[in-house]
Amino acid sequence: MGPALVDRPLIELIDVSKTYGAGASATAAVRGVSLSVQSGEIFGVIGESGAGKSTLIRLINLLERPTAGRVLIEGEDLCSLTADALRARRRRMGMIFQHFNLLASKTVLENVAFPLRLEGGLSNPGILERARTLLDRVGLGGHAKKYPAQLSGGQKQRVGLARALACGPAVLLCDEATSALDPQTSAQMLDLLSALNRELGLTIVLITHEMEVVRRICDRVAVLEAGQIVEMGEVVEVFLDPRRPITRRLLRDDQAEAGPVEGRLVRLIYRGEATRAPLLGRIARETGVDYSLLAGRISTIKGEPYGQLTLTLTGGDVDAALARFAEAGVRVREGAS
Amino acid sequence: MSALFTHVDWGDILTASIATLLMLLGSLSLTVILGLPLGVALFLTAKGELLEQPWTHRILSFVVNVLRSVPFIILLIVMIPVTVALVGTSLGVEGAIPPLVVGAAPFFARLVESALRAVDKGAVEAAKSMGASPSQIILRALLPEATPGLIAATTVTAVALVSYTAMAGVVGAGGLGDLAVRFGYQRFQTDVMVVTVVLLLILVQILQTVGDRLTLRFNRR
Repeated sequence: MGPALVDRPLIELIDVSKTYGAGASATAAVRGVSLSVQSGEIFGVIGESGAGKSTLIRLINLLERPTAGRVLIEGEDLCSLTADALRARRRRMGMIFQHFNLLASKTVLENVAFPLRLEGGLSNPGILERARTLLDRVGLGGHAKKYPAQLSGGQKQRVGLARALACGPAVLLCDEATSALDPQTSAQMLDLLSALNRELGLTIVLITHEMEVVRRICDRVAVLEAGQIVEMGEVVEVFLDPRRPITRRLLRDDQAEAGPVEGRLVRLIYRGEATRAPLLGRIARETGVDYSLLAGRISTIKGEPYGQLTLTLTGGDVDAALARFAEAGVRVREGAS
Repeated sequence: MSALFTHVDWGDILTASIATLLMLLGSLSLTVILGLPLGVALFLTAKGELLEQPWTHRILSFVVNVLRSVPFIILLIVMIPVTVALVGTSLGVEGAIPPLVVGAAPFFARLVESALRAVDKGAVEAAKSMGASPSQIILRALLPEATPGLIAATTVTAVALVSYTAMAGVVGAGGLGDLAVRFGYQRFQTDVMVVTVVLLLILVQILQTVGDRLTLRFNRR
């Protein structure tokens, strides 16, 4: 990347829309989405099914053409490229799929060699050697001669990953890449993606309906609802302090909203050091308030501890207690939200 | 043996068998050569496919439907002037091949179209995402993925062609069908009829068995 491009996002979507059909039967899958992905980051797009995630990720490599807006990769407008130039671009963008999309008629090795053969100009021994190296990297060195049907789901996805990496892409697009896998295999796959991101500086854009995926590996996340981005930011921020009902629904975090409660309902949000300090008991004692815990969660996001408690406060000096929490670096949200 | 098959001239049977085999091989290979691209074109030009072209698709589809709806016995007769223009005669093995191909190629093309339609769309999308050109997608992804289906389509067509060759015998093509009609039916030589039918049956069995084995062999699913 040239020095002039250093500050330029690797991927930029500018006010992109995609509408299927025309006239009265037209349906908008993506509506006016703008986002940018920096080189080296793992960017997640989360949403429920039908939110437009699949369309959105396919707009990035132009498998879907936008009906409005611009798609820029390293500052280059993909829609303005010739068919040849677009194909050359796509070779620099790997993609893996929910259902793996391997060629059933080819061996594991040939599947990985496939994109290298498309490129032309490479010698056959060179292609096979590169394909073997990639299979070793994803831990499938011993399965080169098998056919996809002989592999488990997790193994198939790793073949898909090796294939996506074959041409040394700058970007990896993951279309619900772990949704068809069991939780353990899914976790291994995410760890592998995370390792590739660190080792190769690989930029990853993934779409998913599982918060766990975002929590485990993403740096930033966009929440998609009905084709629009309704919330976007650093994963820790969005997790700790979800603003939209859809985000809380995806976080399965709306249990505290049920039922009438006595006292003042507050949500305490803390991250980092504050998670370990015995704040709750101390502040309750010092201000004379009583608390009753309604819901809570303490976990980590990409290694950083965070916590979230929903409680009601009664008696004593509630305002003073809330001020003390804020002083200690805890974010306070009042009411059900 | 000779007491049972009094009317059977084994020399004639051999000649007729060779004629049938030649008709089958000639017409099957031309049917595949012409029908495969036609089937690929039918598939690719359909709505939502790689080279979507509604009008081309409609025209191809119409031509195929017209050819497929003409009964083969009528096609044999209608084709006579065309056949004479193409190969110089409407008789014998050469004379039989043009109508056989015209009868079977549209049928084969439809089978090819449905074999391609059965290919996982995801595999095509993946190839596209890797920067494959349309011709690379067709030659390196679509056709290899459809191979078992294409072999099955060829088998079905070959078997259909065997019965077509028997019909072609009626307009002077020779072969086992011709023998069955001229001797077995018209001269009431039941033994000739039985022998030719049994030979045709064996031929069909062999074609189907070989086809099934090959389909299985190429099926990696």
